[in-house]
Amino acid sequence: MSSPDLLRFRLNGHPVEVACGAPRILLDLVREDLGLTGTKRGCDLGTCGCCTVLLDGRPTLSCLTLARLVEGREVTTIEGVTPPHGLSPVQRAFVEYGATQCGFCTPGFIVTATALLRDTPHPDRAEIERAISGNLCRCTGYRKIVEAIEAAGREAP
Amino acid sequence: MASSPPPSYRLLGGKIPYVEGPLKVTGRAEYTDDIQRPGMLVGRLLRSPWPHARLRSIDTSAARALPGVHAVLTGDRYPIPFGVLPITHDETAIAVDKARYIGDIIAAVAAADEPTAERAISLIRVDVEPLPEYADPRVGTSKVAEPIHSRGLLGSNIQKEVVQHFGNVDSVFAQAAHTVRVRGNFAGVTHAFTEPMATIAEATPDGRLTVWSATQVPHYLHRALSEVLEIPMHRIRVIKPEVGGGFGGKSDPLPHEIVCAALSLETGRPVKILFDREDVFYTNHGRHPTQNDVRIAIDPDGRILGYDIEALIDGGAWSSFGTVTTYYNGVLAMGPYRVPNFRYRGRRVYTTKPPSGAMRAHGGTNIRYSVEVALDMLAEKAGIDPFDLRSRNALPPNSKTVNEFRITSTSFLKCLAAARDRSGWDEKYRKLPYGQGVGLGCGFYISGSNSPIHFTPKMPQSTVHLKVDMDGGIAVHSMQADIGQGSNTLLAAIVAEVLGVDLDRVHVQRVDSDVSPIDIGSYSSRVTFMMGNAARAAAEELRAKLVAAAAALLDRSPDALEVVHERIQEKGHPEVGVTFLTALHRAMESAGALTASGSFNTSALGGSFKGARAGTAPAYSFAAYVAQTEVDDETGEYRVSKIWAAFDCGRALNRLAVEGQIEGSIHMGLGQVMGESMNYRGGRLFNPSLLEYKIPMPQQMPDVEILLVGDDDPEGPFGAKEAGEGPLIATLPAIGNALYDAVGVRFSDLPITPDKVLKGIDQRRAEGRPWKGR
Repeated sequence: MSSPDLLRFRLNGHPVEVACGAPRILLDLVREDLGLTGTKRGCDLGTCGCCTVLLDGRPTLSCLTLARLVEGREVTTIEGVTPPHGLSPVQRAFVEYGATQCGFCTPGFIVTATALLRDTPHPDRAEIERAISGNLCRCTGYRKIVEAIEAAGREAP
Repeated sequence: MASSPPPSYRLLGGKIPYVEGPLKVTGRAEYTDDIQRPGMLVGRLLRSPWPHARLRSIDTSAARALPGVHAVLTGDRYPIPFGVLPITHDETAIAVDKARYIGDIIAAVAAADEPTAERAISLIRVDVEPLPEYADPRVGTSKVAEPIHSRGLLGSNIQKEVVQHFGNVDSVFAQAAHTVRVRGNFAGVTHAFTEPMATIAEATPDGRLTVWSATQVPHYLHRALSEVLEIPMHRIRVIKPEVGGGFGGKSDPLPHEIVCAALSLETGRPVKILFDREDVFYTNHGRHPTQNDVRIAIDPDGRILGYDIEALIDGGAWSSFGTVTTYYNGVLAMGPYRVPNFRYRGRRVYTTKPPSGAMRAHGGTNIRYSVEVALDMLAEKAGIDPFDLRSRNALPPNSKTVNEFRITSTSFLKCLAAARDRSGWDEKYRKLPYGQGVGLGCGFYISGSNSPIHFTPKMPQSTVHLKVDMDGGIAVHSMQADIGQGSNTLLAAIVAEVLGVDLDRVHVQRVDSDVSPIDIGSYSSRVTFMMGNAARAAAEELRAKLVAAAAALLDRSPDALEVVHERIQEKGHPEVGVTFLTALHRAMESAGALTASGSFNTSALGGSFKGARAGTAPAYSFAAYVAQTEVDDETGEYRVSKIWAAFDCGRALNRLAVEGQIEGSIHMGLGQVMGESMNYRGGRLFNPSLLEYKIPMPQQMPDVEILLVGDDDPEGPFGAKEAGEGPLIATLPAIGNALYDAVGVRFSDLPITPDKVLKGIDQRRAEGRPWKGR
């Protein structure tokens, strides 16, 4: 493997060096090459938000991101926003409020909500709805998702 | 007569968070595509670009010669037909002789990696004779030049015709005080679950085949694999990982699942087929595009005299559940009302389009919209409030419909009262300013089908096995399929409730046909009712063993003991007791780990006429919804600001799940009203992506007030009935009727897009019919 094919970035707080050809998509790199299957593939077209990861802290659709664009940057997946033991406040709220049914869209929502709550610790409903408008859920009608994020915000200091 | 108050339970009836929630919120829940097998190959499908074509020859030599290609399959290799209904086996794993829609599978490859598989697909040469496209179901109702299937009725493309007549419809229409006719055109809609289909198959040298698949009905998949591949069922093992939503779209055994298994058999290697979103849209099996023609007659007091219904149902290329759809579109139109005279003619017609099938509230949604709009019109004609019209016609409890459906529990009148009261109906209906309106829609749905699709050999519809060893953990096995609705949670909660133990002792095992006893899966809103009863029976058997052991330890009669939280004690003497674990260990002395089994089957229901069993169910759900809408008459855009959802699911066993089902159903119903539509030009689907097929966004969801008013059902587990599909139905007509109240325009077709709203308002004005002074 020639060195231009070597991709270096930080993944969930740890430095990573991985072989990566130019056409590789970040979602494929994360799921298949690095084995982090919490990030889901729903449409490959940037429409459903199931593949959302944080790129330098910002919610990003990994299915529309060329992997080589993350060179030198920080990628955080659902595995990275999950504490080593137990659940984060927003994860706990999703469980308690029934904000996950089939669960396939859930990692994307959790990643998006984590970024929202970091920047806006006490979001109102409109702010929550705007933040999650790039994530599709077909099970819940979004209401329990909004309630869970709101509750996590209430819990924040 | 005073009845005793309903019992209360420790867990059931509360809000029980889903047991797999912590895995789902962390991305640790395992779906099919998350599974990797050593040496796994990539399976890819060649789909037909022709809507209808005879396959003259398929040249796979170049594909086979490509390095990295392990197998190329065409339809001749596994040509045995299959289908979800035993009476309509008209699908094959890969097209044989003909391709019947754009998207039909005509060849498959297994290769070392994706690029090789895609290259191999591109090297397959297909020589075809194009055949006539039949996109319009009306054309297919009479003899056609080239029927899509040879089984079409009398040389037509009619797959199924249902004709039913109870009472004397013509005579009551002749005497009616008021009649209306509503002709509605419904676009097809699709499930739009977030997880694309995925299947992994692994044939192993011990002569067995293991299949992991995103399926709602592992048992029917198991059967279809066995039939088509000609392998006995006991040599096939079907595993259901987590499933990312289904809504009916993963309930048929699907061709790609069989193709995947076939590719593994051919290569001796594990093979994965993962769909992209376009594959999902072409596979469809969504709600049928339908044309309904509904006439309803009432007497001067608003009592329904009769229904006269005709329906033309666009089936697409395969039968799927279509025979059931054709019946349901008639028979599910009657409840929640007493309809003494009923005539129905329904025809489902094959077309050269992606197959339609079962989608949430299957067969009960489009016809319900037409009926509820018709009732709204009749109420207006007769000068009766829409609520009063419906309550005058409510089916009473413990009654029979004209087509001999047995009605046991119904809290429909309570639904009406709650929705009317909470919505402030009497202050709002016809009284809100122009552009704002409220509308009522009602619903009725089966709580499980009384007839399992496969009834030979005769066996229970659901079975649950329990095993508890000395650690005190209770393993629960059943082939019921949790696809996100929370059935694993309910299963665990029922077992914990009966045994008095903490929920975390109960471990619901992954569906695996090697160890899971048969339950026929997640469709027809059957799981809570049937699995719930089976789980209760199994847990009661286990409880009896524990109580007997406690009785021996305490030197008391078993009848003198009661099960409380983690303990078995003497009634009235709580100090005389043993812990759950102590009783368990005593019970294990003679036999080791305790096991128990429970099952459920329905009793014989329905009349003796042809088709009498379609729509028979051990119980039915009832609904009354009020929607409030605001219409912008400049743009035709509207929003639904609130829905009051009064629902009778008997006793709600997990309120969190019931609320989730109602809110999710409202989202799906809202989508079908506001714009979801499978857009075809001829046989070509024009919007096979979630960008072009839009489901509602969070901002479009109305506020929802849920009113659970159901009384206990006499046969449901702990009084419960279904809440998975029925909650969708009332959403659509509530919105349609609210739009009428807002702007005075009747919408009989779905979806109702802003251009139709504007056109309707313009037409009303052109006809000189002012509404609320505008």
